[in-house]
Amino acid sequence: MFYMSIFLQYMSQYIKTKLQYRADLFVEFLSDLMFQGVNLIFILVVFGHTQFLNGWTRDEIIFIYGFFLVPFALFASFFNIWDFNERYIVRGEMDRVLTRPVHSLFQIVLERMELESLLGGITGLIIMGYAASRLHLTFHWYDVILFVLFVLGGTFVYAGIFISLASISFWSDARSSIMPMMYNIGNYGRYPVDIYNRVIRYILTWVLPFAFVGVYPAAYFLRKTEWYTYSFLTPVMGVVCFTLSLLLWNAGVKRYRGAGN
Amino acid sequence: MGKYIEMIRMRFLMMLAYRTNYYSGIFIYSINIGAYYFLWSAIYGGQPSIQGMTVEQMTTYVAIAWMARAFYFNNIDREIAMEIREGKVAIELIRPYNYLIMKTMQGLGEGIFRLIFFSLPGMIIVTFVFSLHFTTNVQTWSYFALSTVLSFIINSQINLLAGMVTFFTLNGEGLLRAKRFIIDLFSGLILPISFYPQWAQSAMHYLPFQAISYIPSMIFTESFTGNEAIKGMMFQAVWCVVLIVPIYLLWKAAKRKLIIQGG
Repeated sequence: MFYMSIFLQYMSQYIKTKLQYRADLFVEFLSDLMFQGVNLIFILVVFGHTQFLNGWTRDEIIFIYGFFLVPFALFASFFNIWDFNERYIVRGEMDRVLTRPVHSLFQIVLERMELESLLGGITGLIIMGYAASRLHLTFHWYDVILFVLFVLGGTFVYAGIFISLASISFWSDARSSIMPMMYNIGNYGRYPVDIYNRVIRYILTWVLPFAFVGVYPAAYFLRKTEWYTYSFLTPVMGVVCFTLSLLLWNAGVKRYRGAGN
Repeated sequence: MGKYIEMIRMRFLMMLAYRTNYYSGIFIYSINIGAYYFLWSAIYGGQPSIQGMTVEQMTTYVAIAWMARAFYFNNIDREIAMEIREGKVAIELIRPYNYLIMKTMQGLGEGIFRLIFFSLPGMIIVTFVFSLHFTTNVQTWSYFALSTVLSFIINSQINLLAGMVTFFTLNGEGLLRAKRFIIDLFSGLILPISFYPQWAQSAMHYLPFQAISYIPSMIFTESFTGNEAIKGMMFQAVWCVVLIVPIYLLWKAAKRKLIIQGG
């Protein structure tokens, strides 16, 4: 309850500060839209030269992309801590965070939230709607519940991976330059994983489970029955990933000694 | 000249201190190129070639484009934006060197570091795992080297411009991010320019972006040979010169603005 009220207070503060600089907000929305556009253009251009991607049609790939944007938007709004090392460890900000009455990770989530990224989720829904109408997909009432579950699962998979990566900075003083490349790898979970060879499919499923943020859950709505097992694993993977990353984080915090004065 | 070489050396040594980070980076990069490799194989399906490029040329294109990116990529736009915001640029201005050249040299130091500790080992690993087509033609290699140097210059120039523009706007972050997406898309990094529809291709011909990634990668895969390669490098060289004009003008305007702020 206490966490919830703090969360809401931070959120309202955030909205207030953002609305002070409306032009900034507009530029940020625009650059988010461009990010989503780049990937969409890639799909459209590629399908200008081919009919099928290993048996998947253009609209199906677009649907997967639309789905991906929803958990990704949630992740980007609340767990986007890719610069954790530079911001908190190198500058000694972590000391301050540890004195706060809430869990250290929760405090950082509060400080680093970027609510404007939520707009990407709406773009995702629109893209999904477009693809679904072209594919003549039909949905049941319980699909809504599954959708929410899968989206949350995907969000926590993403969050788990990035929290784990951030936790590494408790052990090594490396700079966070692998983070941008991780975003890139995340993109590959949006394509049907059966196009990759065994090693990469294994990595995308069990090591860096990005496939659970794209193709696996979306396959359910596309009625690809052969992937259903993986689809229904999505929420489980989310819980597992997130729990593991929390354990790693807590172990890291115990080891944390501060960066000098 | 000596002081600028010293800049390159300093930045190189600074990067060297963080080198362990790069070993994990190579692993991630290999997965990246691997996934791209299979994605493109699937896109080709059974087709022998698309837009005059075979699947082998295409995967080589992708691999070399990403490896070359490690060399020409730098964050000097962000650094400039930060130094302007924090006022550090005032001290830089009274030092006995040209600030913009100094920034470019730091970027070069970073690029050389990544080339040696990242691109080269990464390339060796990737060629062992995937069937890439590397030419043994010395001329192609030397063209490629020259073309990559030019692409470094153009990319740095665009970064300088973007860094200075943030000086006049309130929020640099969104603008710099937007610039990155434009470069990813229009430089040919994620898609060769020849894959785009005709109208988009002719529009891009009037923009400098394809000089960054498309031209060197096309030269390397021998999709551009002889005259075409020369023409590509001419395109790059012309843009290198043309971009000096807006940089000069913007820098003058920026300096004037700085005096007002500092007063």
